[in-house]
Amino acid sequence: MWDIVSGIFPYAIAYTIPLLAAALGGFFSERGGVVNIGLEGLMVIGNFVCAVAIAKFQPSLGQGAIWLGLAMAMAAGLIFSLLHAFASISLCANQVISGTAINMVASALTVFLARTMTGSGNVRITLGFIPFDVPVLSAIPIVGPLLFTKTYATTWLLLAILALSWFVVYRTRFGLRLRACGEHPQTADAAGINVYRMRYAGVMISGALAGLSGGAILVTFSGEFNGTVAGLGFLALAALIFGNWKPLGILGATFFFGFAATLANVSQVVPAVSKIPGLVLKAFPYVVTILALVLFSKTTQAPKADGEIYDASKR
Amino acid sequence: MKGLKNLFTALAAVILGLLAGAVLMWAIGANPIEGFSFLFRGGLMNVERIGNTLATATTLTLTGLAMAFAFRTGLFSIGASGQMLIGGLVATAIGLSLHLPKWEMLTLILLAAMLAGAIWGFIPGYLKARFNVHEVVSTIMLNWVAYWVVYYTIPAHFKANLETESARIPDYASLKVSWLTQFFHGSFINLGVFVAIACAVLTAIVLNKSVLGYELKAVGYSKTAAEFAGINVAKNMALSLGISGALAGLAGATFYVGYAVNMQIGVMPTQGMDAIAVALLGANSPLGVVLAAIFFGILHSGKGFMNAMTGIPPEIGDTIIAIIIYFAATSVLFTRLFDGLRARIRRRQ
Amino acid sequence: MDDYIVEMLNITKRFPGILANDDISIRLRKGEILALLGENGAGKSTLMSILFGLYKADSGTIRLRGKEAHVSNPNVANELGIGMVHQHFKLVHNFTVTENIILGLEPIKGLVVDLKSAARRIEELSETYGLNVDPYARIEDITVGMQQRVEILKMLYRNAEVLIFDEPTGVLTPQEIDDLMAIMRNLIAEGKSILLITHKLKEIKAIADRCTVIRRGKVIGTVEVADTDEARMAEMMVGRAVSFTVDKAPREPGAVVLEIDRLNVLSSRKTQAVKDLSLELRCGEILGIAGVDGNGQTELVEALTGLRKVQSGAIRLKGVDVTRATVRSRIRSGMAHIPEDRQSRGLVLDYSMEDNLVLEVYGLPPYSRAGFLDRKAIREHAGKLMEDFDVRAGEGSFAVARSLSGGNQQKAIVGREIDHDPDVLVAVQPTRGLDVGSIEYIHKRLVEQRDRGKAVLLVSLELDEIMDLSDRIAVISHGSIVGTVDPKSVTEAEIGLMMTGVGPSGVKKGVEK
Repeated sequence: MWDIVSGIFPYAIAYTIPLLAAALGGFFSERGGVVNIGLEGLMVIGNFVCAVAIAKFQPSLGQGAIWLGLAMAMAAGLIFSLLHAFASISLCANQVISGTAINMVASALTVFLARTMTGSGNVRITLGFIPFDVPVLSAIPIVGPLLFTKTYATTWLLLAILALSWFVVYRTRFGLRLRACGEHPQTADAAGINVYRMRYAGVMISGALAGLSGGAILVTFSGEFNGTVAGLGFLALAALIFGNWKPLGILGATFFFGFAATLANVSQVVPAVSKIPGLVLKAFPYVVTILALVLFSKTTQAPKADGEIYDASKR
Repeated sequence: MKGLKNLFTALAAVILGLLAGAVLMWAIGANPIEGFSFLFRGGLMNVERIGNTLATATTLTLTGLAMAFAFRTGLFSIGASGQMLIGGLVATAIGLSLHLPKWEMLTLILLAAMLAGAIWGFIPGYLKARFNVHEVVSTIMLNWVAYWVVYYTIPAHFKANLETESARIPDYASLKVSWLTQFFHGSFINLGVFVAIACAVLTAIVLNKSVLGYELKAVGYSKTAAEFAGINVAKNMALSLGISGALAGLAGATFYVGYAVNMQIGVMPTQGMDAIAVALLGANSPLGVVLAAIFFGILHSGKGFMNAMTGIPPEIGDTIIAIIIYFAATSVLFTRLFDGLRARIRRRQ
Repeated sequence: MDDYIVEMLNITKRFPGILANDDISIRLRKGEILALLGENGAGKSTLMSILFGLYKADSGTIRLRGKEAHVSNPNVANELGIGMVHQHFKLVHNFTVTENIILGLEPIKGLVVDLKSAARRIEELSETYGLNVDPYARIEDITVGMQQRVEILKMLYRNAEVLIFDEPTGVLTPQEIDDLMAIMRNLIAEGKSILLITHKLKEIKAIADRCTVIRRGKVIGTVEVADTDEARMAEMMVGRAVSFTVDKAPREPGAVVLEIDRLNVLSSRKTQAVKDLSLELRCGEILGIAGVDGNGQTELVEALTGLRKVQSGAIRLKGVDVTRATVRSRIRSGMAHIPEDRQSRGLVLDYSMEDNLVLEVYGLPPYSRAGFLDRKAIREHAGKLMEDFDVRAGEGSFAVARSLSGGNQQKAIVGREIDHDPDVLVAVQPTRGLDVGSIEYIHKRLVEQRDRGKAVLLVSLELDEIMDLSDRIAVISHGSIVGTVDPKSVTEAEIGLMMTGVGPSGVKKGVEK
């Protein structure tokens, strides 16, 4: 039993990390007051750009191509998110529809481009992060095998980003202003803050993090771009709600979903789990998400002006 | 005037989307004029192709109506794909299990598909009404649940020789009829096209002239005012998504036992996402939905021909559709343009 | 000549369809309190928003201390020493007082916001001006009066010299109003100058030095407050002589039509909003509920109309228990409701006026039959109502509710509810945002209901309205009825005291029928 759990944990963590990245992206965007349904599409963009970058630069840079790929994925996500930002902030379009449009454009465009590049619509890479055991820490009984074995570089990167996010949003000037825009933009506006600019910043950060998430999926467990991230972007949104729009809550929620999803995937390897019908295992993460939402949506503490269009001309 | 403004906005979005498509074609080294010519000919060139366009438009009309209905009542349901799958699964199951005269089979199949879709739509509606669960996430989760239900159920009970698809639907259970198929020279067209038109008309009547429509729209526009007026908001939300699901379930029937000859597993139907484009472009009005569905039907039917003749990847059709939605979503730009033009015309008079 | 600290000269501002400010000129002397008097919609708020940089004037100039100034946004206004306390507070509910005050001007220590030194400065300012504010409290936890003082602190923190107050007393008890007046005198003593936007003549007489009257976007004149009486100012404001009292013949109230029996209701934040409240309403009377905003009136009305669940206690309408009845069944049983919030409750803003005017009865004949709407009947009904109640809309009954002015929206709602001819009419702030003429008309109709033997429960924050219209006044404080008084014999001071919870016999929080 213990072997099963300690075997699953590293995979669960690996699955959690991209979710965490995307959910943190959603965190920044919604703290500023913009709902970003387009996380899924931005992850696909990141996934695609990372794959193409690695395929292209592997011969010249070797292992370094991975980091370059991730950086380019972040940049691509940031740039693509500007479409959503422009539509929903400057043009006051409905944020849900704009985000959905991003998802559709992203998945169609990336497959279109992939097909022109490889002819098949998939981009496979042969390079990825190699899981490693953290020296010293992985030898600690119980905690060691659970948390510090078979980790990926991206895991530690994202945890650092998580800590940084908490600091920025709750301790800096930028964070205070961003939160004001998400709670009561009229107040921020009267205080002389450019609400549009702050919201743009929130969306752009979410684009970069979602792009990073897509790249992380690629270089840790997926290994190829195939046009979709199987609903992970929406799982990330659910994690945001489940985590009550707070960084620590988001960490807990994403880990919970990561664990649930991993359980489904390891059924072949773990005999005990393989007795459960395939349908139950595969549907489990999605059903659990719905249940989580049922439990947590009533006491929601979303930023008060989340999703509301702010039109300065209607002051 | 509102109709004119919507038409203007829709046309503007379409033109911009097509322009973007042209840019993409040019970027990969193809000739846009050639590309579009084959794209549209592929959809309209002969009677058979027109039949295919209409058949594709059938399913899109029904999913589009489903979305438009939900949007009108203020709910962002993205669940048409899953509701289609469930409706299609039920339709396939009945088609392969019972043997009755054709008209009885079809009636049963359509009713069952409606009911199945309605239940799949009712669930997120109920969750929203009772627990305030955001319908965007819950409907998408249910899409994936439906996907896996089909993935495991078809091979377990309804397959023939291949692991990845159901047995062939017998003629007495299919929406295809010989006179229609012959009229359109062997295309995929089926009775679904009449179902779609009937539903469009019914939806228009319900939304615009009925008491139910008044209540649903009131809930969509202002939950708080509807509460004030004594309207049962929870009941109406659940009902609205239930009706939306029923329409999408019907769409599933028209696709899986009409257009297609069997049901394949492992495919998430794109008509679910396209439905959003159709509803948006059609400004959530039943007539607009029909027109938009036909337009997208042309794009979908034609992209294969375009790919065969020019080598341009068929995904460009999806890309163009997605870009059109983006422009339709940012339509406020166009409405302002429209108002500006109208003001200028008035000043000249 | 005089030492003018602010001059707004020949200001003109147009919005689509309205000329809000028409060549307005006002001048504020250093160290004075200048009142801007005008009806709702006269253009005073627009003018001050221009001064504060929220709007840009179409034409005209602003001069500060004799020099021309371009106030392009609130930041510039702050730098020039202009501050504004808005009518609807601009505060972030889950931030602390300190965070709200420093927003936009945050002091930093390295990368982090320096909350401690800011809090210290705020404490000092609070003491200097007698404001008594806790820098670490969260906005959602403090009283409305204290929230307003936070707004004042915001201005002082930015070293404002010119302070604009936009309708500051609407949300305060009579005592808090006195406190505010004292604070204003402190501010003047410390060298500030104040612009006071208001439509309350009594307050102008109490505190202002001069008063500029604005009507329909134009300046009518500027007077020395000491030399002008209320009647004259009211006449300038409205354009004709105004009668302050309502014509009301005495009437014997009839049978009890609404009984509220030891009602307990929780607020949305799970606090006890209504506590053991008992009340009786009789046919042929107007019962006024007086109280400071936030003492349970909202929850009481919601419980009465069915919009909020009751914890315990009973509500009986014409003898029938309706405590747990649905909103619709209460409407059908003869209860009508003019809501506090016309835009979110009273109207579906995106519906046409004709659809809005059948909001509660669309499902009944003649407006619908067999599940289908009768468009002709609905249209005729709307036409009649809009004419009866002087509801002005560009496209008549086709007009989308959103496009109507606040006043016209309110008139439509009042008309619709009165048209139901209800046995019990619950009217909350029925004349909010209306011009004097409309207020007179609505008051007349309410009295008419009462004269015809119907009952009206009037909930209002305007004490004048309550005193004018009510046959009896019940004062609510902290969720209970402190006492019931006769408007003809009670004084405003006594009611003010009751609003804080002290009963008529001097005992705190008595409960009376």
